[in-house]
Amino acid sequence: MSTRTVLHEADIARALTRISHEILESNKGPEGLVLLGIPTRGVTLAHRVGALVAEFGGAPIPVGSLDVTMYRDDLHRNPTRAPQPTQIPAGGIDGKVVVLVDDVLFSGRSIRAALDALQDIGRPAAVRLATLVDRGHRELPIRPDFVGKNLPSSRDERVNVRLAETDGVEEVTIES
Amino acid sequence: MSETLLFRGALVEGSTAADVLVEDGVIAAIGGGISRAGATEIDVDGLVLLPGLVDLHTHLREPGYEASETILTGSRAAAAGGYTAVFAMPNTSPVADTAGVVEQELALGEAAGFVTVQPIGAVTVGQKGERLAELGAMADSRARVRVFSDDGFCVWDPLIMRRALEYVKAFDGVIAQHAQDPRLTEGAQMNEGAVSAELGLAGWPAVAEESIIARDVLLAEHVGSRLHVCHLSTAGSVEIIRWAKRRGVNVTAEVTPHHLLLTDELVRDYDARFKVNPPLRRQEDVLAVREGLADGTIDIVATDHAPHPAEAKACEWHAAANGMVGLESALRVVQQSMLDTGLITWGDVARVMSREPARIGRLTGHGTPLTEGQPASLAFYDPSPRRTFTTDDLRGRSTNSPYLGRELPGDVRWTLHQGTVTVADGALLDTPGVRA
Amino acid sequence: MRHLLDTQTLSREDALRILDVAEDMADTQQREVKKLPTLRGKTVVNLFFEDSTRTRISFEAAAKRLSADVINFSAKGSSVSKGESLQDTAQTLQAMGADAVVIRHGASGAPRTLATSGWISAGVVNAGDGTHEHPTQALLDAFTIRKRRFRDDSRGRDLAGVKVTIVGDVLHSRVARSNVWLLSTLGASVTLVSPPTLVPQDMSGWPVEVLYDLDEAIAAGPDALMMLRIQLERMNAAYFPTEREYSRRWGLDARRLQGLGADSIVMHPGPMNRGLEISAEAADSPRSTVLEQVANGVSVRMAALYLLLAGAERTPAETTSTADAAAADGTAKENTR
Repeated sequence: MSTRTVLHEADIARALTRISHEILESNKGPEGLVLLGIPTRGVTLAHRVGALVAEFGGAPIPVGSLDVTMYRDDLHRNPTRAPQPTQIPAGGIDGKVVVLVDDVLFSGRSIRAALDALQDIGRPAAVRLATLVDRGHRELPIRPDFVGKNLPSSRDERVNVRLAETDGVEEVTIES
Repeated sequence: MSETLLFRGALVEGSTAADVLVEDGVIAAIGGGISRAGATEIDVDGLVLLPGLVDLHTHLREPGYEASETILTGSRAAAAGGYTAVFAMPNTSPVADTAGVVEQELALGEAAGFVTVQPIGAVTVGQKGERLAELGAMADSRARVRVFSDDGFCVWDPLIMRRALEYVKAFDGVIAQHAQDPRLTEGAQMNEGAVSAELGLAGWPAVAEESIIARDVLLAEHVGSRLHVCHLSTAGSVEIIRWAKRRGVNVTAEVTPHHLLLTDELVRDYDARFKVNPPLRRQEDVLAVREGLADGTIDIVATDHAPHPAEAKACEWHAAANGMVGLESALRVVQQSMLDTGLITWGDVARVMSREPARIGRLTGHGTPLTEGQPASLAFYDPSPRRTFTTDDLRGRSTNSPYLGRELPGDVRWTLHQGTVTVADGALLDTPGVRA
Repeated sequence: MRHLLDTQTLSREDALRILDVAEDMADTQQREVKKLPTLRGKTVVNLFFEDSTRTRISFEAAAKRLSADVINFSAKGSSVSKGESLQDTAQTLQAMGADAVVIRHGASGAPRTLATSGWISAGVVNAGDGTHEHPTQALLDAFTIRKRRFRDDSRGRDLAGVKVTIVGDVLHSRVARSNVWLLSTLGASVTLVSPPTLVPQDMSGWPVEVLYDLDEAIAAGPDALMMLRIQLERMNAAYFPTEREYSRRWGLDARRLQGLGADSIVMHPGPMNRGLEISAEAADSPRSTVLEQVANGVSVRMAALYLLLAGAERTPAETTSTADAAAADGTAKENTR
């Protein structure tokens, strides 16, 4: 088994900076944006991106979390998971541009579950997807709007994202 | 059957080795180095020889509840356990409160031919506790009833109990009391104690047994009568009997094998195999009744063999019937709880499981000495194996045993009822006396 | 978690997990669409041998909010009243494809008998068995105490240092028993107050203090005072002489209500005998959590059904351990994304 680092600390920082600029550019400014991170590391990234977008865009950006455990389509295949909190910022999501933030995009099923969860919470004007790593192998017709790094991988490789707040180090590795 | 049998090398009541010659229903000779031409020789080296066991408390369920057991199937279970005589409790349907019913039971026992079935008569009509049954008629009948009991129910009315104790003196009878104050045990499900408090099951307090025994020994003393106490289960009850005997009261008491071994902790899973009346008690009570049996305060072991159909036990606790089968396992449980713990000897086993029960029940021809000329009602028992008790060990119609899955020592190898073989080399015979 | 039969054997970890998941369930009730698709396609059977509209409706609401299908079976007028055994009733439900059975029964131990019998493969939730246990009631009571005390910061917290006093017929109360075990597991200290006739004869194994005097108990400053319903039939079995005497000695009247600390709450599992064990003032005061308990009941029961039904089918021999641990911290999630 070998492990390769594909993103170092500086790479991650640059990727998040670029994503933040792209969000502002596509939205033509900070108005109406709400970032919702998908637990666990998506939430950390959402807060970072939110801070960066606020800095570049000159306005505070509401950031929250969206747990998708209850909406997964593979619950009966795995042992029961405890859900994480869903925190929708004050102001809600109705009429807003919701940017879902996740660390790794793979089959796309988490994002499908997130779309279902959003539907039960309110009616955003639009939903966009930002992901730090896109490793391919989509099983559903879902594509990201903002990507940190495209990482071709084989199915049985493991992509691990570690962030300072949760893991003490900053790196993205791929294990085969 | 008139086969002459020569058993070689048995340990008589666990001590001296001897050969036993059985001919024409009696012990023709017993001692060392016996030989007899034409006798079938059977090697019983190392097996313990006991007088055929006598159970003073068995439920044979016939007439009326033949789905659980019949006199035939119950007799077979008894023989498999080393018994040659059982006293059949009267809570049948119809209740055995007349000469007619007890004579019927006697006849059925004789027809079955495995053990001597001695009927017990009810104390009151229908066991309702209101009027005395025709105790004299039952005593004079062919069944020669001497033991009377309303077992299953307590003779609660003190006046009725007094009268019954007095009345049976006329024919050397004895009242066998099921000591349970009904008012203190309404709706009771298990022993009242720490376990019942946690399980939310209504409690059956020890005092409900003890207060009746205390009353009854005083009544027996007052009217100068014999009293027998059924299935004694608590430390307090042992103390009361000890006190009564010191005062010279003519009281005897029995304990069941399950009360010598099992406690109410077993109820925690709500497994109704452990539901019984009187209920399983605490560890302190188990130790006290063992001590009571060892020092003679408790006179005998009696099984209270109580068969029930599967649906009466495979259900929620509250709906389940009380009772455990116990004939096949009795000697093995007594070995586990009393012999292997060093509390009694094989000689004591012969006394508490054969001689004394026969004497209390005034049953002649059983519990007799192991000497020349006496009836050959014998049990040869191997104490050495240790096996898990399974339904394969049961011979009656019902399987409600609390020992299923539990390892027990010992094995009954031969049982002879008045010279007729009923268990041969560990196998219960289909027809008494007929070996393959 | 394969069955939820009692709180006596519920570990602290499992208890906190249920309470924390209940927080998430409670949150969904604030949203526009109060339903989750999580148990879609699962069938929950409410097997109620004892009448209980409130508990049954609570479980029904919980199951439906998770999109499960609900079948209600009540014993009255059914085959059971014609003498059908628990075994046959259970096997009928199995044949109908029940995934979970929520059972309320008058016989203590019936849920355990059902769960261990081999008659059904469904998960069993005890909704109250005789005088033995009522685990979801204790869980919703603990949830309520925690929520009042810690509000939005409840997740992950136990009840260490909280003083709870339970008043009433302990001997016959499954609510009392379940609360004693669960509250102790969560670190609370429990005092029981009752007439001497209505406590079990031997409570040597119980982690509680027992008092016969309610005023003494209130003077000790409980954080939560839980009043139990008294059944008047007990009067006929000589447990206490009259309603009046019971109410005077063990009822929460206006005077005793005044004696409670500023932040103390008054709880009642319902249904209440207003004027008997609890006065109208107490029942309707801001200290009273009676209505919250009902709402919290749905969230807690949603959590219980979720934890019982959402995961992979488990064989009885399978242990939870590593697979669950991995799922819980999110590392196993990566590969299925």
